[in-house]
Amino acid sequence: MSKQTITVTVNGEAYTEEVEPRMLLVHFIREKLSLTGTHIGCDSTSCGACTILMDGKSIKSCTMFAVQANGKHFTTIEGVAQNGQYHPLQEGFKEEHGLQCGFCTPGMIMRAIELLDKNPNPTEEEIRWGISGNLCRCTGYVNIVKAVQYAAKKMAEAPKEKGALNEV
Amino acid sequence: MIPAAFEYFTPSTLSEAIALLEEHGDEAKILSGGHSLIPMMRYRLASPEKIVDINGIPDLEYIKEEDGYLKIGGLTREVALEDTPMIREKYPLLYDTAVMIADPQVRNLATIGGNIAHGDAANDHPATMLALGAEVVATGPNGERVIPIDDFFLGLYYTALEPTEIITEIRIPVADGNSSGTYKKMERKVGDYATAAVAVQVTMNGSGPAKVGIGLTNVGPTPIRAKRSEELLVGQPITDELIKEAGKLASEDCAPTADLRGSEEYKRSVVSVLTQRALKTAFERALSS
Ligand SMILES: Cc1cc2nc3c(=O)[nH]c(=O)nc-3n(C[C@H](O)[C@H](O)[C@H](O)COP(=O)(O)OP(=O)(O)OC[C@H]3O[C@@H](n4cnc5c(N)ncnc54)[C@H](O)[C@@H]3O)c2cc1C
Ligand code: FES
Ligand code: FES
Repeated sequence: MSKQTITVTVNGEAYTEEVEPRMLLVHFIREKLSLTGTHIGCDSTSCGACTILMDGKSIKSCTMFAVQANGKHFTTIEGVAQNGQYHPLQEGFKEEHGLQCGFCTPGMIMRAIELLDKNPNPTEEEIRWGISGNLCRCTGYVNIVKAVQYAAKKMAEAPKEKGALNEV
Repeated sequence: MIPAAFEYFTPSTLSEAIALLEEHGDEAKILSGGHSLIPMMRYRLASPEKIVDINGIPDLEYIKEEDGYLKIGGLTREVALEDTPMIREKYPLLYDTAVMIADPQVRNLATIGGNIAHGDAANDHPATMLALGAEVVATGPNGERVIPIDDFFLGLYYTALEPTEIITEIRIPVADGNSSGTYKKMERKVGDYATAAVAVQVTMNGSGPAKVGIGLTNVGPTPIRAKRSEELLVGQPITDELIKEAGKLASEDCAPTADLRGSEEYKRSVVSVLTQRALKTAFERALSS
């Protein structure tokens, strides 16, 4: 089947590539763009390890074809730190021990970015509902919730750090 | 897994999309949110040769009240139902349904048109649409056709839609101050399809309901209207015994099969309990609104 040319912007950089229509976006990001921070943890749209932002909204990149991404703007975990500074969520996961093996972490962070963007001061329950599409086999979630709370607090103190990412 | 190869089209108008569907017939599949179709393609349960992506068609994402209807565009995402205050306030059944579907990432893309078009009795909107007395607007080569929801679901993955038709709108009679509803869903874990679920919409007239809609999810090859329960309740003063009887009738009128989510007997029992709970909540809400 013939290939199609797509142009997508990832972490502020535009890429033009030829892809087979059946190529999943997550494979495009990992294999064509060599951005391997976005993980694949399942075959059933269940785990959320592949979560990235599309035009600011969190999506599961294993359940979209790369051709559907033409013209869209994405942020992956590689684009989250700014000017050598961790994003408050990255800092939160580090400070609160929000990870053990780390496999789920990129997806958790990308999901939590949108969560805090829509709801800057979530309750614990709202955080738990908010990350219900992301599975973690290690932590038991307690420290992940704490990491998101840490970031919410930090971002409330320095609100401009929140806006920076959305311009990417 | 990797889906089978296909050719991909991105029509930018409705008529272009319909022309593509006419040209390619059975080989073509519409792609909207992709969250039922792509999983099926990954498992190779579906291998369409042509994909017609309708996401580029403008003006199919909206929620508005007009001409006595709540009108929802076919490409409207679940997240929009969740985030629109009017839905939460006036159509709590729709809100309660949307928030129980999958997870936030899925709801960012999944569409209401796709949820209904898929014809999967495990999906949550179909039973809700039965309870709400919705109509499906399908647009095809001969223009628009309005399909009453009771005529829409014909079998497992089988609906009244022609392969050349696109769901462009869902219409729901406007809710008045006397109506309310809710969706009660039993799931094994957050984001799962229902073990069983019950949608209820009521319109009160004094202490009894003038109208009752009850839809059952995932307890048969199609969503099921609990007709005898509806008829039992209309025009009657609400009592606990009556609600209990309505639950019992619903549990008799569904057709669940045993699977990983439970035995037939268990699912019937869940339907009875959820029907009673949903009726109680719906009546309380309608009487206090
Ligand atoms: C992990 C996971 C959990 C889920 N859990 C739930 C759940 O709990 N409850 C629930 O209800 N759903 C659930 N879903 C399904 C989800 O809501 C789907 O997105 C939905 O069923 C289909 O909508 P879509 O827009 O993604 O359609 P698509 O996947 O794009 O299409 C589905 C089918 O409908 C056809 N179609 C799509 N749009 C139209 C249209 N406008 N007109 C005509 N035909 C059309 C397509 O050709 C295809 O056959 C889940 C999905 C996933 C991945
Ligand atoms: S890889 Fe598991 S949800 Fe995408
Ligand atoms: S830290 Fe190992 S899966 Fe979450």
